[in-house]
Amino acid sequence: MSLLTVNHLSIDFTTRDGTVSAVSDVSFTVDKGETLGIVGESGSGKSVSCYSLLGLIPMPPGHIKNGTAIFDGIDLLQANEKTMRQIRGKRISMIFQDPMTSLNPYMRVGQQIIEPLLQHSNMSKTAAKEKAIALLEEVGISDAANRFQQYPHEFSGGMRQRVVIAMALITEPELLIADEPTTALDVTIQAQILELIHELQQRRNIAVIFISHDLDVIKRMADRTIVMEKGHIVEQGNTQAIFDAPTQAYTQKLIASIPNSAKPEAYRFTGDQDSHFLTLNNISIAYGNKKNLFKAVDNVSLTVKQGEILGLVGESGCGKTSLSHSIVRLVDIQQGEICLQQDALEKLSIAELKGKALKATRKDIQMIFQDPYASLNPRMTVFNTLAEPLRLHGLASNAEDIKNKVLTLMQDVGLEARWANKYPHEFSGGQRQRIAIARALAVEPKLIIADEPVSALDVTIQAQILSLLLKLCQERQLTMIFISHDLAVVRYIADRTAVMNQGKIVEINDTESLYQNPSDPYTKSLLAARV
Amino acid sequence: MLRFFVGRLLQSIPVIFIVITATFFLVRAAPGGPFDAEKTLSPEVIERLNERYNLDAPMYEQYFDYLGHLAQGDFGPSFRYTNRTVTEMIYAGLPITFELAIYAIMIALVIGIFAGMLAAIKPNSAQDYIPMSLAMTGICMPSFLLGPLLVLVFGIWLQWLPVSGWGYSPGDKILPAITLGSTYAAYIARLTRGGMLEILSQDYIRTAKAKGLPMATIIIRHALRGGLSPVVAFLGPAIAGLLAGSFVVETIFQIPGLGRFYVQAAFNRDYTMILGTTILLSCLIVLLNMLSDLLAVWLNPRLALSNEKN
Repeated sequence: MSLLTVNHLSIDFTTRDGTVSAVSDVSFTVDKGETLGIVGESGSGKSVSCYSLLGLIPMPPGHIKNGTAIFDGIDLLQANEKTMRQIRGKRISMIFQDPMTSLNPYMRVGQQIIEPLLQHSNMSKTAAKEKAIALLEEVGISDAANRFQQYPHEFSGGMRQRVVIAMALITEPELLIADEPTTALDVTIQAQILELIHELQQRRNIAVIFISHDLDVIKRMADRTIVMEKGHIVEQGNTQAIFDAPTQAYTQKLIASIPNSAKPEAYRFTGDQDSHFLTLNNISIAYGNKKNLFKAVDNVSLTVKQGEILGLVGESGCGKTSLSHSIVRLVDIQQGEICLQQDALEKLSIAELKGKALKATRKDIQMIFQDPYASLNPRMTVFNTLAEPLRLHGLASNAEDIKNKVLTLMQDVGLEARWANKYPHEFSGGQRQRIAIARALAVEPKLIIADEPVSALDVTIQAQILSLLLKLCQERQLTMIFISHDLAVVRYIADRTAVMNQGKIVEINDTESLYQNPSDPYTKSLLAARV
Repeated sequence: MLRFFVGRLLQSIPVIFIVITATFFLVRAAPGGPFDAEKTLSPEVIERLNERYNLDAPMYEQYFDYLGHLAQGDFGPSFRYTNRTVTEMIYAGLPITFELAIYAIMIALVIGIFAGMLAAIKPNSAQDYIPMSLAMTGICMPSFLLGPLLVLVFGIWLQWLPVSGWGYSPGDKILPAITLGSTYAAYIARLTRGGMLEILSQDYIRTAKAKGLPMATIIIRHALRGGLSPVVAFLGPAIAGLLAGSFVVETIFQIPGLGRFYVQAAFNRDYTMILGTTILLSCLIVLLNMLSDLLAVWLNPRLALSNEKN
């Protein structure tokens, strides 16, 4: 018999615009010791269905319309609060997505780890502490006895997720629900955490429900996989079988959207190999005061050729964003020189620009940011968002001209003209990123800096935006610096790739050469960490 | 932590110095003088009084003279109450005002935190609306209205409590404490509600729920500490405000506290008394703000880290 049997689960949410069905008619089973992967894009209902098993969805607005979830003879959806409390954290544990927010910042981690144990057993504090320290060591935290006394902010992201895992496992649960446990982590850390979860599961023979939007992660972790779309199960079965031969159109589309190829031939750089469009000479950027100096960018030199897409890859804190911000003068450099070539002879030193000249150069360099939810002004319509830079830089002669230019821009990025008077919140994530791209293009820049432009997007949307960027760069002969932590994405879009680590560029090469024959040990470890 | 404390202490010295200087010159710049009265004194008498209290000396000389005495802990004689020094009068009044303020803030904390928590646990229900509308009323109601109302109901109609005094008859401290504390209870209730609502929506509360902890444990152990940080930040200025604002309540209930002396001193142009009480109160405000900052650091370990970095 299965450990957990979910039958015909349907969940509604009451919103201002009426009732929305978040999950409808979802049925699955989990057996002892197996890993069930649930994969889907945002809004597919993958998290909601699992949260409902533990009674963690707020009700109202949530409402379980139908279904049963039998765990060891108990219906989790009908059980009273007292019964549920004895299951939550004892027999079924959870690991949440963001280890930065899922630990209480006001409490020592040790206290938080032993809490479920003290709640669910009669164990003494000393015994619980001993067990917790042993477990912390098992999940790879050295010097556990001292770390036990520390607060969450004294741990790095990966270490915190280890703490969260220890906390979930301390009561020796039969079922572990992991909701995007590695999404917020860097690739090398992600690989370690996935390995850890896999190892612990083998050792303790626990069942795991692994929720992720990342197909590669699911492919690696799950024995069986469920593919969800808009609250429905599209396909379920053996993981290998689903990835090798998906039967449903949606699954096929999802798998096809994973960037796993080299840059398409048609879009490759064909310009002048010796051009020096943008030159960075020995630049350094540091934060903090004299006593506590943190060098974000340490003596970096780099040349970008006219018309190429340069990928900039690195993990969080490597300095890639500081470097890109210095090019648009959002941060000042302490040392070095940034030059933008105007024409064959003239060169502009960006760091020395002031006033009007700075404004003119800003027009030539535009940025696209990671989060299309945060980077668009929520109180401006699409039309105004796109018209503002045109007016600001005097690129249109009159109202008619502005209107034409805005509508052309919208068409170029695949937005319908009738949406011009809508506000950002009325658009989906992918559409918003199209607006952000259009805004960057509005002033006809020569260089685009795209800082993780597809990281916040679902995989199918990500594929659309990537091909849009490739198309636009070619049509408009744009030069682009494409920053990402995602190696597969960079491989698909960049002509050359630079790898950054601890403020330095450790390797730069043609993308394919770099992916196939990495020379630097850090690049090698990054590539090895890919799932 | 110690460095942070010493740093704050050093920062407060110029603040207090500016307060002393500004007050010293402002009270002298105001029209009238300490010896103006309905019955005009003869010019000879005024001249001799001015001479005695050193008021005929040039302004800067008076100022440095005052600073010199102050450095030795001497606030000088009262200009109004002959034969009494300012220090004596503060000694007599301060403990009473302090006691009143302590009772008031305790009432405010207990009622405010409890009401705010009730409201935050079930937002947008009767459990939220009733305490919060009471709090709104509390904020809007000035103490010179609430005080007499309480006296009318509990002192005169019901005759449960004495209508005035301080320590003369049992229970006479209750009404003044409630009158003074109620406005602050209302503010604290609103701050607690806001802070708790924010904390209760955090991911780590969901983590705590997923551990199988009962609601009461989640609130007390996981939410309260973070949820009360806005209250703690408010506490320093609130106690200082209570001390400075106690004169209305002291006047209504005939309490011989510092607040009444303070107001009378202002009316009387009792220069030394005004200066003495102002300096004392500003020191208290600085000190209490510092204490509430320290408390905030103790509650939130992440703040300690950022302080060490600076």
